[in-house]
Amino acid sequence: MQPRTLYDKLWDAHVVHVEPDGTALIYIDRQLVHEVTSPQAFEGLKINGRKPWRLASLLATPDHNIPTADRDKGIADPVSRTQVETLDANCAEFGITEFGMNDPRQGIVHVIGPEQGFTQPGMTLVCGDSHTSTHGAFGALAFGIGTSEVEHVLATQCLWQKKARAMQVRVEGALKLGVTAKDIALAVIGQIGTAGGTGYAVEFTGTAIRGLSMEGRMTLCNMAIEAGARAGMVAVDDKTLEYMRGRPYSPREGQFEMAAAYWRTLVSDPGAKFDAVVELDAANIKPQVTWGTSPEMVVPVDGRVPDPADAPNAVKKSDWERALAYMGLPANTPIDQINVDKVFIGSCTNSRIEDLREAARVASWALGQNRRVAGNVKLAMVVPGSGLVKAQAEAEGLDKLFTAAGFEWRDPGCSMCLAMNADRLEPGERCASTSNRNFEGRQGQGGRTHLVSPAMAAAAAVFGHFVDIRNLDNEVMQ
Amino acid sequence: MKPFTRVDGLVAPLDRANVDTDAIIPKQFLKSIKRSGFGPHAFDEWRYLDHGEPGMDCSTRPLNPDFVLNRARYQGASVLLARENFGCGSSREHAPWALEDYGFRAIIAPSYADIFFNNCFKNGVLPIVLAADIVDKLFKETVASEGYKLTVDLAAQTVTTPSGEAFAFDVDPERKHRLLNGLDDISLTLKFTDRIQAYEARRKVEAPWLFA
Repeated sequence: MQPRTLYDKLWDAHVVHVEPDGTALIYIDRQLVHEVTSPQAFEGLKINGRKPWRLASLLATPDHNIPTADRDKGIADPVSRTQVETLDANCAEFGITEFGMNDPRQGIVHVIGPEQGFTQPGMTLVCGDSHTSTHGAFGALAFGIGTSEVEHVLATQCLWQKKARAMQVRVEGALKLGVTAKDIALAVIGQIGTAGGTGYAVEFTGTAIRGLSMEGRMTLCNMAIEAGARAGMVAVDDKTLEYMRGRPYSPREGQFEMAAAYWRTLVSDPGAKFDAVVELDAANIKPQVTWGTSPEMVVPVDGRVPDPADAPNAVKKSDWERALAYMGLPANTPIDQINVDKVFIGSCTNSRIEDLREAARVASWALGQNRRVAGNVKLAMVVPGSGLVKAQAEAEGLDKLFTAAGFEWRDPGCSMCLAMNADRLEPGERCASTSNRNFEGRQGQGGRTHLVSPAMAAAAAVFGHFVDIRNLDNEVMQ
Repeated sequence: MKPFTRVDGLVAPLDRANVDTDAIIPKQFLKSIKRSGFGPHAFDEWRYLDHGEPGMDCSTRPLNPDFVLNRARYQGASVLLARENFGCGSSREHAPWALEDYGFRAIIAPSYADIFFNNCFKNGVLPIVLAADIVDKLFKETVASEGYKLTVDLAAQTVTTPSGEAFAFDVDPERKHRLLNGLDDISLTLKFTDRIQAYEARRKVEAPWLFA
């Protein structure tokens, strides 16, 4: 047999039928459901008198519209409330397991899937959300779909797909102190662009990727979509298996070893052919900060906002000019001289326990220096990815560090990543954010987003402007 | 789904690369539990000078005179001319719903984001890929000539300019068939029920933990 990539193996294991033009009917093992992209799908099922094909393949939770403060008072916005209540009603009607707004296990779909062991290696997993690529960290084929396909998977357990091309993004070497999975993700996007991965399924490989925790791998795969790739993935190894043990939905005793034996085969074979290969040297990656309105508009923290006069072509020049005008930044501004008004630590990219520990490390350092969130920062909020992450962080005392240092400690949800709930930027406000998109208006109309890692965001909160976390880390380590 | 056969439509040029689905339909409108009514909020933040919220009467809102779709000459456009990586970002199908409800039946661009591209086909909107230099030429012709129309013929897979110049485009045979006939994907897939069940029976033996 020809050597196969991880993607080949995942694809081959799920083909139900192939049409003459190569379009394949692919079996879907799991679907995560949230309130925003599902109501029209459930409505479609009802209109046609259909039922979900396999209830055990589904797990639902509301996340996008959920308030992150005073949750006991319910959702103030009636439109948001209706959407969440519609999810509750649909789940009740069809018998779908839902972690409702007040369930301690509620959280962002892409945090709770792995946390519950609902996401497993070797699976196909979909959700009506582009950041479904996150779950590829487990050696799974996971990608975002639209609402018509949400309905299609509910009704048939399958999807029509054309096989994507395979891209390998290889990151070799050791990351420098203060450099994280988020910085790898942004550096990759900076290198290949927001459309560089379009049409590809990306496998992240190399010693730097093997060195990442499962949380770090999730952060990386989460942002594959920001490079245009619907699916990102990392091969299974001991860390994957270790993570899977003992979770509520993990294979039960007796089946776990059988599953693990299969999971261990979920690696690209030596000599497997990729359609494209991108290489990065981990040692060269610095903490990254986006300066514009697309994730590819990114520079290292010790860099400067670019000058449109230096743009490689006319289209880029006008893109850069428009982005700088929107961001309110003069060309050539040093990144560490950019002040921030708000700080958001959270989102499906960076709201897991490891992310919160990273941010709390900075809060702890600040307290030791008798410092708190800087006076020019109106709000610095920490939004854990799930109720269980929140409980874990509180058990470790992280919440106390955050609140003592002047950060707000909130309840789990998508929050200011896309500002569908009450958490948002006002026009002109500038935010250091650990989320995944810096599009115009993403965090609130007129809001200005700079994407960074959790420690970089926390440091920006303490100093009131971006700082190079490596300097702070060096100080801490000495 | 509405079938797509042929569109002979006024062209509107949206001259920006990487137009994301947050721009096509901002998040506050995603709170709707319906599939229709998104057209008045298509490109809301670019199109209006005030802040849009669901349920507003858009007919009385102040329009942004600088936004291309607000110009009188592009009213009634049904073909959207766009730049590379159109529809990037969020998977929200509300984006093609908004474009379709606005009146666009076809989009022409050098490239699209994958999820958006796929979502269009589910909603009777045809996303056409033409080479960047051809798209550039179409931009110039559209801007130069008021009332500029293009004829999109899905069966023939051609885009024809007013001067009779025709450009061929590719489309997956399966997608073309479904779009031409307005076929419902789910009904088609359910014809494969036996195969899906056979697959499940096999997987239950190979990987029982998936069904535990």
